[in-house]
Amino acid sequence: MAAARVRAALRDAAMAAAVAFVLAVPLVGFETVDFGRTGTGIATRFGWVWIGTGGVFVVRLALAVSGAARLHWAKVGPADSPARLGSPPKHARALAGLLLVVFAVALPFLPFASRYLVDLATTVLIYIMLGWGLNVVVGLAGLLDLGYVAFYAVGAYSFALFARWFGLSFWEALPVSGVLAAAFGVVLGFPVLRLRGDYLAIVTLGFGEMIRIILLNWSRVTGGPNGLLGIPKPSFFGLPLLPRARDGGVTFHQFFHIPFSPQQSIVFLYFVILFLALVTNAFTLRLRRLPIGRAWEALREDEIACRALGIDPTKVKLSAFAIGAMLGGFAGAFFATRLGFISPESFTFQESATILAIVVLGGMGSQMGVVLAAIVLVTLPEFGRAFAEYRMLLFGAAMVAIMVWRPRGLLAQRAPSIRLGPAEGR
Amino acid sequence: MAYFVQQLINGLTLGAVYGLIAIGYTMVYGIIGMINFAHGELYMIGAFVSLIAYLLLGIVGVSYVPLALLLVLLAAMAFTAVYGWTVERLAYRPLRGSFRLAPLISAIGMSIFLQNYVQILQGARVKSLPPVINGGFRLFEQGGFVVQMSYLQVIIIVLTIGLMAGFSMVIAATPLGRAQRACEQDMTMAALLGIDVDRTISWTFVIGASLAAVAGMMVTLYYGVIDFFIGFLAGMKAFTAAVLGGIGSLPGAMLGGLLIGLIEAFWSGYFSSDYKDVAVFAVLVLVLIFRPSGLLGRPEVEKV
Repeated sequence: MAAARVRAALRDAAMAAAVAFVLAVPLVGFETVDFGRTGTGIATRFGWVWIGTGGVFVVRLALAVSGAARLHWAKVGPADSPARLGSPPKHARALAGLLLVVFAVALPFLPFASRYLVDLATTVLIYIMLGWGLNVVVGLAGLLDLGYVAFYAVGAYSFALFARWFGLSFWEALPVSGVLAAAFGVVLGFPVLRLRGDYLAIVTLGFGEMIRIILLNWSRVTGGPNGLLGIPKPSFFGLPLLPRARDGGVTFHQFFHIPFSPQQSIVFLYFVILFLALVTNAFTLRLRRLPIGRAWEALREDEIACRALGIDPTKVKLSAFAIGAMLGGFAGAFFATRLGFISPESFTFQESATILAIVVLGGMGSQMGVVLAAIVLVTLPEFGRAFAEYRMLLFGAAMVAIMVWRPRGLLAQRAPSIRLGPAEGR
Repeated sequence: MAYFVQQLINGLTLGAVYGLIAIGYTMVYGIIGMINFAHGELYMIGAFVSLIAYLLLGIVGVSYVPLALLLVLLAAMAFTAVYGWTVERLAYRPLRGSFRLAPLISAIGMSIFLQNYVQILQGARVKSLPPVINGGFRLFEQGGFVVQMSYLQVIIIVLTIGLMAGFSMVIAATPLGRAQRACEQDMTMAALLGIDVDRTISWTFVIGASLAAVAGMMVTLYYGVIDFFIGFLAGMKAFTAAVLGGIGSLPGAMLGGLLIGLIEAFWSGYFSSDYKDVAVFAVLVLVLIFRPSGLLGRPEVEKV
């Protein structure tokens, strides 16, 4: 009996290795090399083919031995079985959240906080905010948006353009950016949201590309590939964080009678995005408890049942889409003000994919999961060139692996905000 | 007039390529109801395999061009088919019966993975291939403008027509085609009647991938340059073609492919080529607004 199983496992692993070998031969085994103007040559590296084939054999065998293979190929059961719903108690989570916020507020004042660290934390917070925005669309409403970066771009460019042509400051332009991004969301979502979810995915993908192409080619307005320069920085209640005020006004350091340092501006930007992110978090958490939020989650679970209960799916989806877009627009405006420069380079599909990966890895619908995933994914490339190079490869593989093994997310699980019937622990 | 005919020829060539990719989308959608986002990447892999196969044949010394092209075609189809099979096996099959977004997200992940896989292995730079087939027919001349149809364009169009005819035969008259049509109608019932559903789906991916590989090879020869990113746009356009023709409908995919090719060729011929991709997406959105079931598709009924 055992011998038969071992033989079966060996045969299975051999098959997998054979497939891996066939896959590896053309693309791993041969490398196309540029010979300057004369064309393309070819080099071989069969060592890697054998390594890859052997690796697949060993891994497959190990999976079979550990019995994981059987579990893996079995049909994925309903993920809402009681055992999987065991999330930590509510107050523990609230405490963890509070500690995290306290840490985030204190971060710039901690002894090890360098300029680099605060800058990195600002980037992480931008992604957290984008993740929370996309979470409304993907996690709560169950709509797959692959062009989220388009709204980010709309927010960034609308702020940059309003600042240039109408002299709006960051705080004046922020709502405008959000509203414009939301308007784009509505215009885009309206025709598509009546259809099945898959169409939405591809249309948003196309829309993201379209926005980028327009930004690239409409040079008269957007500056084309050169982008837009000289975007103003936000002020602290009207006090600019500059060495000297342009129009003879009072600057931040003069008002508080402290010496000027460029660090102040960086720390201030950090607090601005922290504030925006926390507002976003509070906003979405409240929304989840409102009828509209419940309608989103209900729609995600069963659209036909919702229709039977009198919920208009198009309107509900449209609201989720617009709110997600608005949050993306806010983040975009902040992105523009932080760098002071934007170009279409910053709004590629890769960006959309990163944000989606943050939401998926964090567990769709989970706020805390997004935070953890954003920290991991954004800081990963900082650990070295190898990580930066293989980052997208790992994202892609991780997205597949998570869907196969833990479709409800790696770091956290989403559960309906409200459920009927006897809930556990009450 | 002459310019118009030239754009028509170019558009038909382009349309043939899109049509071949669109078949993969529409077939997979018809059977398991999901958009295989990674399909565009299979086309890209097909292009790379053909480039590598062609270079290798050059080294080995196969200099008779028709033989070389035939071998490249077979190699591209075979290896890409294995990629298609593996993608289905690893990323989609375990997810059958999972929640609605799962296969979509998995497909996106697969697409990102394959793109970067090829980028890391083959480099991010554009790969070029010197023209393999030169010359063509001079159809007619009008006002100094010569309308040409290169031999390559003839080959592409003829090969596409041949493949599509053969493929339609497979669907209409073989046991596999019968099984595919049965699965499309009702997978559970088909399984109860003794059809191996998993095998049928695998074959669907294999066929779709090999057709995409043919498209990849054609593009490699036609444009002479490829990179790891070509699958993204081509996949998107082919998907638009599938939707335009009516997703799930095979003649629809071919018709949609031709129309998209023509739209793109005429748009870049008469307007600006900067916005030709935008024009294609605009078509997608317009079709979805006014005729979501496409030109030849049936309206979709959602069941519990």
